[in-house]
Amino acid sequence: MTAVALARTRFAPAALGLFSFVVLIALVELLIRIGLINRFIVPMPSDIIAAFPRVVVEEHVLQRFLLTASEAFSASILVTIFGVAGGVLLHRYRLLRLATETWVAAVAAAPLVLMYPLYLVIFGRSALTIVMMGFTAGLAPIVLKTLEGLSGTRRVLINVGRSFSLTASQQFWKILFPAALPTIFVGLRLGLIFSLINIVGVEFLINFGGLGQLINELAERYDLPGTYAAICFVILVSICVFIIMERLERWLRPAD
Amino acid sequence: MAAVVGPLQHIDVNRKPATTGPILAVDNLVKRFETPDGVLTAVDHVSLGVAPGEFLGVIGPSGCGKSTLFNVIGGLLDGYEGTVQVAGERMHGPHPSIGMIFQEESTFPWRNVLDNVAFPLEIAGMGKSERYERARHFVKLVGLDGFERRYPAELSGGMRQRVSMARTLAAQPKILLMDEPFASLDEQTRLLLGDKVLQIQQELKQTTLLITHNITEAVQLSDRVVVMTYRPGKVKRIVDIALPRPRSSEIVSSEAFGRYVAQIWADLREEASRGLQEQESEKLRGAEGR
Repeated sequence: MTAVALARTRFAPAALGLFSFVVLIALVELLIRIGLINRFIVPMPSDIIAAFPRVVVEEHVLQRFLLTASEAFSASILVTIFGVAGGVLLHRYRLLRLATETWVAAVAAAPLVLMYPLYLVIFGRSALTIVMMGFTAGLAPIVLKTLEGLSGTRRVLINVGRSFSLTASQQFWKILFPAALPTIFVGLRLGLIFSLINIVGVEFLINFGGLGQLINELAERYDLPGTYAAICFVILVSICVFIIMERLERWLRPAD
Repeated sequence: MAAVVGPLQHIDVNRKPATTGPILAVDNLVKRFETPDGVLTAVDHVSLGVAPGEFLGVIGPSGCGKSTLFNVIGGLLDGYEGTVQVAGERMHGPHPSIGMIFQEESTFPWRNVLDNVAFPLEIAGMGKSERYERARHFVKLVGLDGFERRYPAELSGGMRQRVSMARTLAAQPKILLMDEPFASLDEQTRLLLGDKVLQIQQELKQTTLLITHNITEAVQLSDRVVVMTYRPGKVKRIVDIALPRPRSSEIVSSEAFGRYVAQIWADLREEASRGLQEQESEKLRGAEGR
Protein backbone atom coordinates (compact mmCIF):
# COMPACT_ATOMS: atom_id res chain seq x y z
CA MET A 1 0.00 0.00 0.00
CA THR A 2 1.41 3.43 -0.95
CA ALA A 3 1.86 6.30 1.53
CA VAL A 4 -1.02 8.19 -0.12
CA ALA A 5 -3.35 5.19 0.19
CA LEU A 6 -2.29 4.70 3.83
CA ALA A 7 -3.06 8.35 4.63
CA ARG A 8 -6.63 7.76 3.43
CA THR A 9 -7.25 4.87 5.83
CA ARG A 10 -8.92 5.75 9.10
CA PHE A 11 -6.40 4.43 11.61
CA ALA A 12 -3.11 4.82 9.76
CA PRO A 13 -2.45 8.49 10.72
CA ALA A 14 -3.22 7.81 14.40
CA ALA A 15 -1.07 4.65 14.36
CA LEU A 16 1.81 6.54 12.74
CA GLY A 17 1.51 9.31 15.34
CA LEU A 18 1.56 6.78 18.20
CA PHE A 19 4.48 4.92 16.63
CA SER A 20 6.47 8.19 16.25
CA PHE A 21 5.75 9.04 19.90
CA VAL A 22 6.93 5.62 21.11
CA VAL A 23 10.09 5.93 18.98
CA LEU A 24 10.79 9.39 20.45
CA ILE A 25 10.35 8.09 24.02
CA ALA A 26 12.61 5.10 23.27
CA LEU A 27 15.21 7.45 21.81
CA VAL A 28 15.15 9.68 24.93
CA GLU A 29 15.46 6.57 27.11
CA LEU A 30 18.46 5.41 25.07
CA LEU A 31 20.16 8.83 25.16
CA ILE A 32 19.77 8.96 28.96
CA ARG A 33 20.99 5.38 29.41
CA ILE A 34 24.15 6.00 27.35
CA GLY A 35 24.74 9.23 29.27
CA LEU A 36 24.20 11.78 26.50
CA ILE A 37 21.38 13.36 28.54
CA ASN A 38 21.93 13.88 32.25
CA ARG A 39 19.51 11.65 34.21
CA PHE A 40 19.53 14.15 37.11
CA ILE A 41 17.93 16.75 34.82
CA VAL A 42 15.67 14.58 32.65
CA PRO A 43 14.38 11.38 34.23
CA MET A 44 14.18 8.21 32.15
CA PRO A 45 10.75 7.64 30.55
CA SER A 46 10.67 4.17 32.14
CA ASP A 47 11.10 5.81 35.58
CA ILE A 48 8.28 8.26 34.78
CA ILE A 49 6.01 5.37 33.81
CA ALA A 50 6.99 3.55 37.00
CA ALA A 51 6.15 6.68 39.02
CA PHE A 52 2.56 6.77 37.78
CA PRO A 53 1.07 4.28 40.30
CA ARG A 54 2.90 6.03 43.16
CA VAL A 55 1.68 9.48 42.07
CA VAL A 56 -1.86 8.19 41.64
CA VAL A 57 -2.02 6.44 45.02
CA GLU A 58 0.17 8.53 47.29
CA GLU A 59 -0.34 12.00 45.83
CA HIS A 60 -4.09 11.69 45.21
CA VAL A 61 -3.52 12.72 41.63
CA LEU A 62 -7.06 11.91 40.51
CA GLN A 63 -8.60 14.37 42.99
CA ARG A 64 -6.02 16.98 41.92
CA PHE A 65 -6.68 16.18 38.27
CA LEU A 66 -10.41 16.69 38.82
CA LEU A 67 -9.75 19.95 40.68
CA THR A 68 -7.55 21.36 37.89
CA ALA A 69 -9.99 20.04 35.26
CA SER A 70 -12.94 21.69 37.05
CA GLU A 71 -11.02 24.98 37.32
CA ALA A 72 -10.14 24.73 33.62
CA PHE A 73 -13.77 23.87 32.78
CA SER A 74 -15.13 26.81 34.82
CA ALA A 75 -12.65 29.21 33.23
CA SER A 76 -13.50 27.80 29.76
CA ILE A 77 -17.21 28.41 30.27
CA LEU A 78 -16.62 31.95 31.54
CA VAL A 79 -14.10 32.82 28.87
CA THR A 80 -16.32 31.45 26.08
CA ILE A 81 -19.40 33.36 27.24
CA PHE A 82 -17.66 36.66 27.90
CA GLY A 83 -15.12 36.36 25.06
CA VAL A 84 -17.70 35.66 22.36
CA ALA A 85 -20.08 38.26 23.79
CA GLY A 86 -17.23 40.79 23.88
CA GLY A 87 -16.37 40.09 20.24
CA VAL A 88 -20.02 40.46 19.25
CA LEU A 89 -20.25 43.79 21.09
CA LEU A 90 -17.11 45.13 19.42
CA HIS A 91 -18.50 44.05 16.04
CA ARG A 92 -21.89 45.60 16.76
CA TYR A 93 -20.64 48.95 18.06
CA ARG A 94 -18.01 50.51 15.82
CA LEU A 95 -17.11 53.25 18.30
CA LEU A 96 -16.47 50.66 21.01
CA ARG A 97 -14.32 48.66 18.58
CA LEU A 98 -12.25 51.66 17.54
CA ALA A 99 -11.85 52.70 21.18
CA THR A 100 -10.80 49.33 22.59
CA GLU A 101 -9.49 46.96 19.91
CA THR A 102 -5.85 48.02 20.35
CA TRP A 103 -6.13 47.62 24.12
CA VAL A 104 -7.62 44.16 23.80
CA ALA A 105 -4.81 43.18 21.40
CA ALA A 106 -2.27 44.52 23.91
CA VAL A 107 -3.85 42.47 26.71
CA ALA A 108 -3.64 39.35 24.52
CA ALA A 109 0.14 39.80 24.26
CA ALA A 110 0.73 40.75 27.93
CA PRO A 111 2.25 38.29 30.49
CA LEU A 112 -0.94 38.30 32.57
CA VAL A 113 0.32 35.60 34.94
CA LEU A 114 2.31 38.37 36.67
CA MET A 115 -0.99 39.80 37.89
CA TYR A 116 -1.48 36.91 40.33
CA PRO A 117 -0.51 38.94 43.45
CA LEU A 118 -3.28 41.43 42.63
CA TYR A 119 -5.77 38.60 42.15
CA LEU A 120 -4.65 37.06 45.45
CA VAL A 121 -5.48 40.35 47.17
CA ILE A 122 -8.87 40.60 45.42
CA PHE A 123 -10.06 36.96 45.58
CA GLY A 124 -7.87 35.47 48.31
CA ARG A 125 -5.81 32.25 48.12
CA SER A 126 -8.63 30.23 46.63
CA ALA A 127 -9.79 28.38 43.52
CA LEU A 128 -11.56 31.59 42.48
CA THR A 129 -8.20 33.35 42.04
CA ILE A 130 -7.03 30.50 39.80
CA VAL A 131 -10.24 30.48 37.75
CA MET A 132 -10.18 34.27 37.36
CA MET A 133 -6.53 34.19 36.27
CA GLY A 134 -7.45 31.56 33.65
CA PHE A 135 -10.42 33.66 32.59
CA THR A 136 -8.36 36.86 32.24
CA ALA A 137 -5.61 35.13 30.26
CA GLY A 138 -8.00 33.47 27.78
CA LEU A 139 -10.40 36.35 27.21
CA ALA A 140 -8.54 38.61 24.74
CA PRO A 141 -7.80 36.04 21.99
CA ILE A 142 -11.45 34.93 21.98
CA VAL A 143 -12.72 38.53 21.79
CA LEU A 144 -10.34 39.31 18.91
CA LYS A 145 -11.02 36.13 16.94
CA THR A 146 -14.80 36.49 17.38
CA LEU A 147 -14.54 40.04 16.07
CA GLU A 148 -12.37 38.87 13.16
CA GLY A 149 -14.80 36.07 12.29
CA LEU A 150 -17.85 38.31 12.35
CA SER A 151 -16.13 41.11 10.41
CA GLY A 152 -14.84 38.60 7.86
CA THR A 153 -18.30 37.27 6.95
CA ARG A 154 -18.59 37.53 3.19
CA ARG A 155 -20.72 40.48 2.09
CA VAL A 156 -22.72 38.31 -0.29
CA LEU A 157 -23.94 36.06 2.56
CA ILE A 158 -25.16 39.13 4.46
CA ASN A 159 -26.88 40.32 1.27
CA VAL A 160 -28.58 36.93 0.91
CA GLY A 161 -29.99 37.44 4.39
CA ARG A 162 -31.09 40.97 3.54
CA SER A 163 -32.74 39.77 0.33
CA PHE A 164 -34.82 37.35 2.42
CA SER A 165 -35.74 40.26 4.75
CA LEU A 166 -34.15 38.68 7.83
CA THR A 167 -34.50 40.48 11.14
CA ALA A 168 -31.30 41.65 12.88
CA SER A 169 -31.52 38.68 15.25
CA GLN A 170 -32.05 36.19 12.39
CA GLN A 171 -29.20 37.81 10.45
CA PHE A 172 -26.92 37.21 13.43
CA TRP A 173 -27.94 33.68 14.38
CA LYS A 174 -28.60 32.31 10.91
CA ILE A 175 -25.74 33.94 8.98
CA LEU A 176 -23.12 35.94 10.90
CA PHE A 177 -22.59 33.53 13.77
CA PRO A 178 -22.35 30.28 11.76
CA ALA A 179 -20.14 32.02 9.19
CA ALA A 180 -17.81 33.21 11.95
CA LEU A 181 -17.74 29.91 13.87
CA PRO A 182 -14.51 28.48 12.39
CA THR A 183 -12.62 31.66 13.33
CA ILE A 184 -14.33 31.80 16.74
CA PHE A 185 -13.10 28.25 17.39
CA VAL A 186 -9.55 29.27 16.50
CA GLY A 187 -9.92 31.94 19.20
CA LEU A 188 -11.38 29.42 21.64
CA ARG A 189 -8.47 27.05 21.11
CA LEU A 190 -5.96 29.86 21.69
CA GLY A 191 -7.90 31.24 24.65
CA LEU A 192 -8.26 27.88 26.34
CA ILE A 193 -4.54 27.15 25.91
CA PHE A 194 -3.76 30.50 27.59
CA SER A 195 -6.31 29.72 30.34
CA LEU A 196 -4.90 26.28 31.08
CA ILE A 197 -1.28 27.49 31.13
CA ASN A 198 -2.25 30.23 33.58
CA ILE A 199 -4.37 27.95 35.76
CA VAL A 200 -1.57 25.41 36.23
CA GLY A 201 0.99 28.22 36.47
CA VAL A 202 -0.90 30.01 39.24
CA GLU A 203 -1.53 26.71 41.08
CA PHE A 204 2.23 26.22 40.93
CA LEU A 205 3.05 29.79 42.02
CA ILE A 206 0.61 30.04 44.93
CA ASN A 207 1.06 26.37 45.87
CA PHE A 208 -2.67 25.81 45.97
CA GLY A 209 -5.16 23.50 44.27
CA GLY A 210 -4.61 20.71 41.81
CA LEU A 211 -1.88 19.55 39.50
CA GLY A 212 0.15 22.78 39.55
CA GLN A 213 0.54 22.51 43.31
CA LEU A 214 1.46 18.83 43.00
CA ILE A 215 4.13 19.64 40.40
CA ASN A 216 5.48 22.31 42.76
CA GLU A 217 5.60 19.89 45.71
CA LEU A 218 7.22 17.06 43.72
CA ALA A 219 9.78 19.47 42.24
CA GLU A 220 10.58 20.80 45.74
CA ARG A 221 11.21 17.18 46.81
CA TYR A 222 13.37 16.72 43.70
CA ASP A 223 11.12 13.80 42.69
CA LEU A 224 11.73 14.22 38.97
CA PRO A 225 9.91 11.10 37.71
CA GLY A 226 6.91 12.10 39.87
CA THR A 227 7.08 15.71 38.57
CA TYR A 228 7.03 14.55 34.96
CA ALA A 229 4.25 12.05 35.69
CA ALA A 230 2.18 14.94 37.12
CA ILE A 231 2.94 17.01 34.01
CA CYS A 232 1.51 14.12 31.96
CA PHE A 233 -1.78 14.58 33.84
CA VAL A 234 -1.77 18.30 32.93
CA ILE A 235 -1.40 17.25 29.29
CA LEU A 236 -4.35 14.90 29.86
CA VAL A 237 -6.49 17.86 31.00
CA SER A 238 -5.48 19.70 27.83
CA ILE A 239 -6.39 16.67 25.69
CA CYS A 240 -9.82 16.42 27.39
CA VAL A 241 -10.52 20.13 26.76
CA PHE A 242 -9.53 19.79 23.11
CA ILE A 243 -11.59 16.65 22.52
CA ILE A 244 -14.64 18.48 23.91
CA MET A 245 -13.87 21.49 21.70
CA GLU A 246 -13.48 19.33 18.61
CA ARG A 247 -16.77 17.51 19.25
CA LEU A 248 -18.53 20.80 19.85
CA GLU A 249 -17.19 22.31 16.64
CA ARG A 250 -18.14 19.23 14.62
CA TRP A 251 -21.63 19.36 16.07
CA LEU A 252 -22.02 23.07 15.29
CA ARG A 253 -20.33 22.96 11.85
CA PRO A 254 -20.78 19.44 10.48
CA ALA A 255 -19.64 20.58 7.01
CA ASP A 256 -16.10 21.28 8.20
CA MET B 1 -30.96 22.09 -34.52
CA ALA B 2 -33.87 24.27 -33.45
CA ALA B 3 -35.66 26.11 -36.22
CA VAL B 4 -35.12 29.83 -35.90
CA VAL B 5 -37.10 32.76 -37.21
CA GLY B 6 -36.59 36.49 -37.07
CA PRO B 7 -34.06 38.08 -39.40
CA LEU B 8 -32.25 41.20 -38.24
CA GLN B 9 -34.61 43.66 -39.92
CA HIS B 10 -37.40 42.27 -37.70
CA ILE B 11 -35.61 43.20 -34.50
CA ASP B 12 -37.88 45.66 -32.77
CA VAL B 13 -35.67 48.07 -30.90
CA ASN B 14 -36.95 50.36 -28.16
CA ARG B 15 -40.14 48.34 -27.94
CA LYS B 16 -42.45 49.17 -25.05
CA PRO B 17 -42.98 46.50 -22.38
CA ALA B 18 -45.57 43.81 -23.06
CA THR B 19 -49.25 44.68 -23.24
CA THR B 20 -50.04 43.78 -19.62
CA GLY B 21 -48.81 46.29 -17.03
CA PRO B 22 -45.26 45.73 -15.82
CA ILE B 23 -44.88 43.78 -12.59
CA LEU B 24 -41.57 45.56 -12.08
CA ALA B 25 -41.22 49.21 -13.08
CA VAL B 26 -38.10 51.31 -12.74
CA ASP B 27 -38.76 54.98 -13.40
CA ASN B 28 -36.10 57.65 -13.88
CA LEU B 29 -33.66 55.94 -11.58
CA VAL B 30 -30.54 57.94 -10.73
CA LYS B 31 -27.92 56.65 -8.32
CA ARG B 32 -24.85 58.66 -7.40
CA PHE B 33 -21.90 57.76 -5.21
CA GLU B 34 -19.53 60.02 -3.32
CA THR B 35 -15.95 59.13 -4.26
CA PRO B 36 -12.59 60.75 -3.41
CA ASP B 37 -12.60 62.17 -6.97
CA GLY B 38 -16.07 63.70 -6.60
CA VAL B 39 -19.62 62.55 -7.26
CA LEU B 40 -19.91 59.53 -9.56
CA THR B 41 -23.22 58.94 -11.34
CA ALA B 42 -23.47 55.17 -11.70
CA VAL B 43 -27.02 54.99 -13.05
CA ASP B 44 -28.52 57.94 -14.91
CA HIS B 45 -32.27 58.27 -15.51
CA VAL B 46 -32.86 54.60 -16.23
CA SER B 47 -36.45 53.56 -16.86
CA LEU B 48 -37.56 50.05 -17.70
CA GLY B 49 -40.50 47.74 -17.13
CA VAL B 50 -40.72 43.98 -16.89
CA ALA B 51 -44.02 42.32 -17.82
CA PRO B 52 -45.28 39.28 -15.87
CA GLY B 53 -43.57 36.13 -17.14
CA GLU B 54 -41.07 38.12 -19.19
CA PHE B 55 -37.33 37.43 -19.25
CA LEU B 56 -35.49 40.75 -19.49
CA GLY B 57 -31.74 40.88 -19.96
CA VAL B 58 -29.70 43.95 -19.02
CA ILE B 59 -26.31 44.10 -20.69
CA GLY B 60 -23.52 46.62 -20.62
CA PRO B 61 -19.77 46.98 -20.32
CA SER B 62 -18.00 46.71 -16.96
CA GLY B 63 -18.62 49.89 -14.97
CA CYS B 64 -21.97 50.72 -16.57
CA GLY B 65 -23.87 50.44 -13.30
CA LYS B 66 -25.41 47.00 -13.88
CA SER B 67 -24.68 45.80 -10.37
CA THR B 68 -25.85 49.13 -8.92
CA LEU B 69 -29.13 48.63 -10.78
CA PHE B 70 -29.32 45.06 -9.39
CA ASN B 71 -28.73 46.25 -5.83
CA VAL B 72 -31.26 49.10 -6.10
CA ILE B 73 -33.98 46.86 -7.56
CA GLY B 74 -33.19 44.22 -4.95
CA GLY B 75 -33.58 46.82 -2.20
CA LEU B 76 -29.97 46.49 -1.01
CA LEU B 77 -29.06 50.08 -1.94
CA ASP B 78 -31.00 53.19 -1.05
CA GLY B 79 -30.40 56.90 -1.42
CA TYR B 80 -31.40 57.05 -5.07
CA GLU B 81 -33.65 59.30 -7.15
CA GLY B 82 -36.63 57.93 -9.08
CA THR B 83 -38.83 55.01 -8.15
CA VAL B 84 -38.84 51.23 -8.24
CA GLN B 85 -42.29 49.65 -8.11
CA VAL B 86 -43.33 46.03 -7.72
CA ALA B 87 -46.91 45.39 -8.91
CA GLY B 88 -47.62 49.10 -8.46
CA GLU B 89 -46.24 49.22 -4.93
CA ARG B 90 -43.27 51.53 -4.38
CA MET B 91 -40.28 49.69 -2.95
CA HIS B 92 -38.43 50.66 0.21
CA GLY B 93 -35.76 48.06 0.95
CA PRO B 94 -35.86 44.35 0.07
CA HIS B 95 -39.27 43.21 -1.21
CA PRO B 96 -40.63 39.71 -0.54
CA SER B 97 -41.75 39.48 -4.19
CA ILE B 98 -38.16 39.75 -5.41
CA GLY B 99 -35.74 36.86 -5.19
CA MET B 100 -32.06 37.55 -5.80
CA ILE B 101 -29.35 35.33 -7.23
CA PHE B 102 -25.90 36.79 -6.78
CA GLN B 103 -22.81 36.73 -8.94
CA GLU B 104 -20.56 35.52 -6.12
CA GLU B 105 -20.85 32.07 -4.61
CA SER B 106 -23.56 32.54 -2.01
CA THR B 107 -24.49 29.13 -0.62
CA PHE B 108 -24.13 28.70 3.14
CA PRO B 109 -21.13 26.37 3.60
CA TRP B 110 -22.39 25.16 6.98
CA ARG B 111 -25.70 23.90 5.55
CA ASN B 112 -26.15 20.94 3.25
CA VAL B 113 -27.97 21.32 -0.07
CA LEU B 114 -31.40 20.57 1.37
CA ASP B 115 -30.94 22.93 4.33
CA ASN B 116 -29.64 25.66 2.02
CA VAL B 117 -32.69 25.37 -0.20
CA ALA B 118 -35.04 25.16 2.79
CA PHE B 119 -33.52 28.33 4.32
CA PRO B 120 -36.18 30.88 3.21
CA LEU B 121 -38.92 28.45 4.23
CA GLU B 122 -37.33 28.06 7.67
CA ILE B 123 -37.22 31.85 7.98
CA ALA B 124 -40.89 31.97 7.00
CA GLY B 125 -41.62 29.64 9.92
CA MET B 126 -42.73 26.64 7.86
CA GLY B 127 -42.76 23.25 9.65
CA LYS B 128 -39.79 20.94 9.16
CA SER B 129 -41.43 18.18 7.12
CA GLU B 130 -43.31 20.61 4.89
CA ARG B 131 -40.27 22.77 4.19
CA TYR B 132 -38.08 19.76 3.41
CA GLU B 133 -40.73 18.40 1.08
CA ARG B 134 -40.89 21.71 -0.76
CA ALA B 135 -37.10 22.10 -0.74
CA ARG B 136 -36.76 18.62 -2.32
CA HIS B 137 -39.04 19.78 -5.13
CA PHE B 138 -36.76 22.72 -5.92
CA VAL B 139 -33.60 20.64 -5.54
CA LYS B 140 -35.07 18.31 -8.16
CA LEU B 141 -36.09 21.25 -10.34
CA VAL B 142 -32.47 22.41 -10.61
CA GLY B 143 -31.33 18.84 -11.26
CA LEU B 144 -29.56 18.18 -7.97
CA ASP B 145 -31.66 15.30 -6.65
CA GLY B 146 -29.33 12.81 -4.99
CA PHE B 147 -27.14 15.60 -3.62
CA GLU B 148 -29.48 16.72 -0.83
CA ARG B 149 -27.13 15.72 1.99
CA ARG B 150 -23.96 17.06 0.34
CA TYR B 151 -22.33 20.26 1.56
CA PRO B 152 -21.36 23.11 -0.83
CA ALA B 153 -17.65 22.27 -0.45
CA GLU B 154 -18.40 18.89 -2.05
CA LEU B 155 -20.05 20.46 -5.12
CA SER B 156 -18.75 22.09 -8.29
CA GLY B 157 -19.17 25.84 -8.95
CA GLY B 158 -22.08 25.19 -11.31
CA MET B 159 -23.82 22.95 -8.79
CA ARG B 160 -23.39 25.53 -6.03
CA GLN B 161 -24.91 28.19 -8.25
CA ARG B 162 -27.88 25.87 -8.87
CA VAL B 163 -28.27 25.47 -5.09
CA SER B 164 -28.45 29.28 -4.81
CA MET B 165 -31.01 29.32 -7.57
CA ALA B 166 -33.13 26.62 -5.90
CA ARG B 167 -32.91 28.48 -2.58
CA THR B 168 -34.18 31.69 -4.17
CA LEU B 169 -36.91 29.86 -6.10
CA ALA B 170 -38.04 28.05 -2.93
CA ALA B 171 -39.18 31.42 -1.56
CA GLN B 172 -41.45 31.56 -4.61
CA PRO B 173 -40.69 35.16 -5.56
CA LYS B 174 -42.79 36.85 -8.21
CA ILE B 175 -39.65 38.32 -9.76
CA LEU B 176 -36.29 36.63 -10.07
CA LEU B 177 -33.34 39.02 -10.13
CA MET B 178 -30.04 37.54 -11.31
CA ASP B 179 -26.70 39.35 -11.29
CA GLU B 180 -24.28 37.60 -13.66
CA PRO B 181 -25.03 34.27 -11.97
CA PHE B 182 -22.76 32.26 -14.26
CA ALA B 183 -19.90 34.77 -14.52
CA SER B 184 -17.43 32.56 -12.66
CA LEU B 185 -18.23 29.45 -14.69
CA ASP B 186 -16.67 28.12 -17.87
CA GLU B 187 -18.47 28.67 -21.19
CA GLN B 188 -19.78 25.10 -21.55
CA THR B 189 -21.20 24.99 -18.01
CA ARG B 190 -22.64 28.44 -18.60
CA LEU B 191 -24.52 27.27 -21.72
CA LEU B 192 -25.81 24.17 -19.98
CA LEU B 193 -26.95 26.16 -16.95
CA GLY B 194 -28.62 28.55 -19.38
CA ASP B 195 -30.62 25.53 -20.56
CA LYS B 196 -31.59 24.83 -16.98
CA VAL B 197 -32.70 28.44 -16.46
CA LEU B 198 -34.75 28.28 -19.67
CA GLN B 199 -36.36 25.03 -18.55
CA ILE B 200 -37.21 26.46 -15.13
CA GLN B 201 -38.51 29.68 -16.61
CA GLN B 202 -40.67 27.63 -18.99
CA GLU B 203 -42.01 25.56 -16.10
CA LEU B 204 -42.62 28.33 -13.58
CA LYS B 205 -43.36 31.20 -16.01
CA GLN B 206 -41.05 33.15 -13.74
CA THR B 207 -40.62 36.87 -14.37
CA THR B 208 -36.87 37.30 -14.56
CA LEU B 209 -34.43 40.18 -14.79
CA LEU B 210 -30.94 39.07 -15.73
CA ILE B 211 -27.95 41.38 -15.36
CA THR B 212 -25.05 40.20 -17.49
CA HIS B 213 -22.07 41.26 -19.54
CA ASN B 214 -22.26 38.13 -21.67
CA ILE B 215 -24.04 38.75 -25.00
CA THR B 216 -24.56 35.05 -25.77
CA GLU B 217 -26.18 34.50 -22.39
CA ALA B 218 -28.41 37.56 -22.79
CA VAL B 219 -29.65 36.53 -26.25
CA GLN B 220 -30.00 32.85 -25.32
CA LEU B 221 -32.24 33.57 -22.34
CA SER B 222 -34.03 36.89 -22.84
CA ASP B 223 -37.23 38.10 -24.46
CA ARG B 224 -35.76 41.60 -24.55
CA VAL B 225 -32.26 42.89 -23.96
CA VAL B 226 -31.61 46.33 -22.48
CA VAL B 227 -28.24 47.63 -23.70
CA MET B 228 -26.64 50.13 -21.32
CA THR B 229 -24.04 52.79 -21.94
CA TYR B 230 -20.72 53.02 -20.15
CA ARG B 231 -20.61 55.35 -17.12
CA PRO B 232 -22.99 56.94 -16.42
CA GLY B 233 -25.23 53.93 -17.08
CA LYS B 234 -28.15 54.90 -19.31
CA VAL B 235 -30.46 52.80 -21.47
CA LYS B 236 -28.94 52.94 -24.94
CA ARG B 237 -31.28 50.57 -26.71
CA ILE B 238 -33.80 47.83 -26.02
CA VAL B 239 -33.60 44.89 -28.42
CA ASP B 240 -36.52 42.53 -28.83
CA ILE B 241 -35.27 38.92 -29.12
CA ALA B 242 -37.79 37.26 -31.40
CA LEU B 243 -36.30 33.79 -31.16
CA PRO B 244 -38.84 31.00 -30.69
CA ARG B 245 -39.53 29.41 -27.33
CA PRO B 246 -38.99 26.87 -25.89
CA ARG B 247 -35.29 27.47 -26.44
CA SER B 248 -32.19 25.53 -25.62
CA SER B 249 -28.46 26.12 -25.93
CA GLU B 250 -28.65 24.66 -29.47
CA ILE B 251 -30.03 28.00 -30.54
CA VAL B 252 -26.60 29.64 -30.20
CA SER B 253 -25.48 28.04 -33.47
CA SER B 254 -28.40 29.47 -35.48
CA GLU B 255 -28.02 32.28 -37.99
CA ALA B 256 -30.63 34.52 -36.34
CA PHE B 257 -28.91 34.12 -32.97
CA GLY B 258 -25.65 35.27 -34.54
CA ARG B 259 -27.37 38.31 -36.00
CA TYR B 260 -28.76 39.31 -32.59
CA VAL B 261 -25.34 38.88 -31.04
CA ALA B 262 -23.80 41.02 -33.81
CA GLN B 263 -26.48 43.68 -33.39
CA ILE B 264 -25.96 43.93 -29.63
CA TRP B 265 -22.19 43.83 -29.97
CA ALA B 266 -22.36 46.72 -32.46
CA ASP B 267 -24.10 48.75 -29.74
CA LEU B 268 -21.85 47.51 -26.96
CA ARG B 269 -18.54 47.78 -28.80
CA GLU B 270 -18.51 51.56 -28.73
CA GLU B 271 -19.40 51.60 -25.01
CA ALA B 272 -16.91 48.88 -24.10
CA SER B 273 -14.13 50.73 -26.00
CA ARG B 274 -14.98 53.97 -24.23
CA GLY B 275 -14.97 52.15 -20.90
CA LEU B 276 -11.60 50.57 -21.61
CA GLN B 277 -10.10 53.91 -22.65
CA GLU B 278 -11.42 55.67 -19.55
CA GLN B 279 -10.20 52.90 -17.24
CA GLU B 280 -6.75 53.02 -18.83
CA SER B 281 -6.65 56.83 -18.53
CA GLU B 282 -7.66 56.54 -14.84
CA LYS B 283 -4.84 54.05 -14.24
CA LEU B 284 -2.39 56.35 -16.04
CA ARG B 285 -3.51 59.34 -13.97
CA GLY B 286 -3.22 57.24 -10.82
CA ALA B 287 0.31 56.14 -11.75
CA GLU B 288 1.36 59.74 -12.54
CA GLY B 289 -0.16 60.96 -9.27
CA ARG B 290 2.01 58.54 -7.26
